[in-house]
Amino acid sequence: MVHAAAPRTLYDKIWDDHVVDTQPDGTCLLYIDRHLVHEVTSPQAFEGLRMAKRKVRAPQKTLAVVDHNVPTTDRSKGIDDPESRTQVETLAENAREFGIEYYDELDKRQGVVHIVGPEQGFTLPGTTIVCGDSHTSTHGAFGALAHGIGTSEVEHVLATQTLIQKKAKNMRIIVDGKLPVGVTAKDIILAVIGEIGTAGGTGHVMEYEGDAIRALSMEGRMTICNMSIEGGARAGLVAPDQKTFDYLKDRPKAPKGMAWDMAMKYWETLVTDAGAHFDREVKLDAANLPPIVTWGTSPEDVVSITGTVPMPSAAPSEQKKAAIQRALDYMGLKGGEKITDIKLDRVFIGSCTNGRIEDLRTVAKAVEGKKVASTVSAMIVPGSGLVKQQAEEEGLDKIFKVAGFDWREPGCSMCLAMNADKLAPGERCASTSNRNFEGRQGFKGRTHLVSPVMAAAAAIEGHFVDVRKWV
Amino acid sequence: MQAFKTLTGVAAPLDIMNVDTDMIIPKQYLKTIKRTGLGTGLFSEMRYKEDGSDNPDFVLNKPAYRKAEILVAGDNFGCGSSREHAPWALLDFGIRCVISTSFADIFYNNCFKNGILPITVFQADLDKLIDDARRGANATMTIDLPAQEIRGPDGGVVRFEIDAFRKHCLINGLDDIGLTMEKANAIADFEKQNANARPWA
Repeated sequence: MVHAAAPRTLYDKIWDDHVVDTQPDGTCLLYIDRHLVHEVTSPQAFEGLRMAKRKVRAPQKTLAVVDHNVPTTDRSKGIDDPESRTQVETLAENAREFGIEYYDELDKRQGVVHIVGPEQGFTLPGTTIVCGDSHTSTHGAFGALAHGIGTSEVEHVLATQTLIQKKAKNMRIIVDGKLPVGVTAKDIILAVIGEIGTAGGTGHVMEYEGDAIRALSMEGRMTICNMSIEGGARAGLVAPDQKTFDYLKDRPKAPKGMAWDMAMKYWETLVTDAGAHFDREVKLDAANLPPIVTWGTSPEDVVSITGTVPMPSAAPSEQKKAAIQRALDYMGLKGGEKITDIKLDRVFIGSCTNGRIEDLRTVAKAVEGKKVASTVSAMIVPGSGLVKQQAEEEGLDKIFKVAGFDWREPGCSMCLAMNADKLAPGERCASTSNRNFEGRQGFKGRTHLVSPVMAAAAAIEGHFVDVRKWV
Repeated sequence: MQAFKTLTGVAAPLDIMNVDTDMIIPKQYLKTIKRTGLGTGLFSEMRYKEDGSDNPDFVLNKPAYRKAEILVAGDNFGCGSSREHAPWALLDFGIRCVISTSFADIFYNNCFKNGILPITVFQADLDKLIDDARRGANATMTIDLPAQEIRGPDGGVVRFEIDAFRKHCLINGLDDIGLTMEKANAIADFEKQNANARPWA
C-alpha cells in the first residue's frame, strides 16, 4: 500500500489502498471489496463463467438482488411476463450455483440494489464497490469508491475480484450556504448537472464538499452521489463523518465490536488532505437555489420552477439549437411556456434516487389531508421492502392512500419501465427518478425530473407549483 | 473477442448530441439472457414506427446505410445506463467503429470488451467526417487502428489517439479475464495483506 507524502484527495487514498498491480503505462488492477448483482446485467456474465469453467472468486463479497424487472403489484403468485420471469429465475439459479447470497422478490430485504447495499451495511466507507448498473455511484455517499460497470466487467469481477482500470481525474464540487425551505438535495444535483452538462464529469471522480453537503442526511447525500453519472462522472464521493457512522452502526453487515473500532480508525482518515490537487473545481451557493424542473430529454435541461421553457433561437450553436428543438418536439412543449403552466398526467415517486424513507416522509408531510388531482394518476414505489415496512409502521401508507396515491411493492419500477409500470405514448410525468431520456419511462413518454416534494405538490395541483410558497 | 485491425466500410451519420444507451437499445430488449440477437432492437424507437414498420427517415433504414459498419455521431455518445446491451446491439447490427467528439466512460469501456473501436476526434474533424458520411455508400472510410488513422473517401486523413494497452488488446483480440488470471498470485497476496490491514472489509 502506498503512503505518499504529497497531499491526496479522498479518491487518491481509496485508489492507492486497492491497487493490486500497476503496468508501466499506468493501467492498474484494482481490488474490488463489494460486488452487487441484479438480474438484468448479470446472466451473460454467469454464462461466461460457466463456458470457461470459472468460479466466483469471492462469493462472500457478492450480494445479489432482483429489482429492475419485478412487478410492483402483488407478487406472491409469481411474475406474469415470461421474459421477466426467466431473468429473475436465472438470477436465483446463478446465485445458488455460484454460492452467492440472494434476496428474492418475496424477501423483505429485497429492493433497488442501491438502496439495499447501504441498508444492509454492505456499503462501507473506504471500500471499492461495483455493480452492473450506472447508479452504483450512489454508494459514494458513504465515502466508498463506487461505480457502474458493463456485463463483461461483471464477469471479470466475479472471476477475479478485480477490475482493469486507469485512474480518473479529480473534480471537486463545493456547495456552501443553507438550502431554502422546499429546496432539496435533488435540486442541488440537478443544478450541478445543469452547470457542468451531462459530459462535464466524464473521466473524473467527483467529490462533494461544503456546508450544504455536510448539512444533508445520508439519504440526501445518496441522492446527490446517485446522479453523479448524469453529470458524466462514474463515481461521486462524500467524505464520511459522524452521520455516516451513525447510519451504519448495527446494520446487519456492518462490522461489529473490535472490527468496528478498527474500521473507525481507518474511516476517520478518509478525508481529502488540505492542498490536495483537483483537476477541476465547481462552486455553488445552496442559498440561491430554487426548486428545479427538467424541461427536456437530458438531465442537463434544467430550469427554475419560476422559469420558462427555453427558446431554440437562444441556443449558442446550431447543434445545440437542433438539440433543443428535438427535445421540445419530443416533450410536446413550446419555447417560452411557463414551467408552472405544465400539466401532468402521471406522478412517479421512488427509484434509487429518491425512494428512501426520508423521501417518503417528506411526501407524506406535503400531501397529508390533501387529494391527488382528478387528472393525475400518482404512484409511490418504496425503494426496498424495509423502506416499505418502515413507512407502514409510521402510517405513511395510510396518508398516501387517503390522498389517492397508489402504494406499491418495492423495485425500480417506472424509473426505467422494464416492468408493467410505464407511461403511455404522450403521457407527461413528474418523476423523482434520474433520467428524462426519450422513451425512458415508456415509448414516447414525457418525463420531468423533480424532487419528491415537487412531485408531491404537482400530484395534488395537477401542474408544477413552486413548493417554497406551497408547503 | 474478435480482433480489430483495419476496417473499410460505409459510415452512417447520426448528428445528434447526447445519444444515450436507452436510445441505442431500449429496455424492452434487456430482458434477454443472451448477448446475441440484439441488432433488431438497435435504435428501435427511432428506427421503427409505432406499427413496427421501418421509419424510412432514420439513417440506418436508408438503402445506402443498411450495411453501415461505422457510425459518426454527436458529442457525449453512449451516456446514461451501463447496459452492455448497447455495444452488443451495435455489434449485432454490424457496427464495429463509432466516431464522436466524446464518449461516456462506461460505454467507452464496454466497447473495448466487444471488439468495437470508439474513436474520439476534434469537432472540426467530426464535422468533416459527418459530411463524408452523408455522401452514402460511395463514401467508404478506412479505419486503421495500428496507424491510428481514419482515411476518408477523398484521401483526407484524421489521426486519433488511443490508450496503448487498449489498442494492444483490441488488435490482438485479447480476453481481459485471461490476462488478469495470470496475475492470480498478486491478487492472492493483496487479499492476504488486506485481511490483516482491513479485516472488516
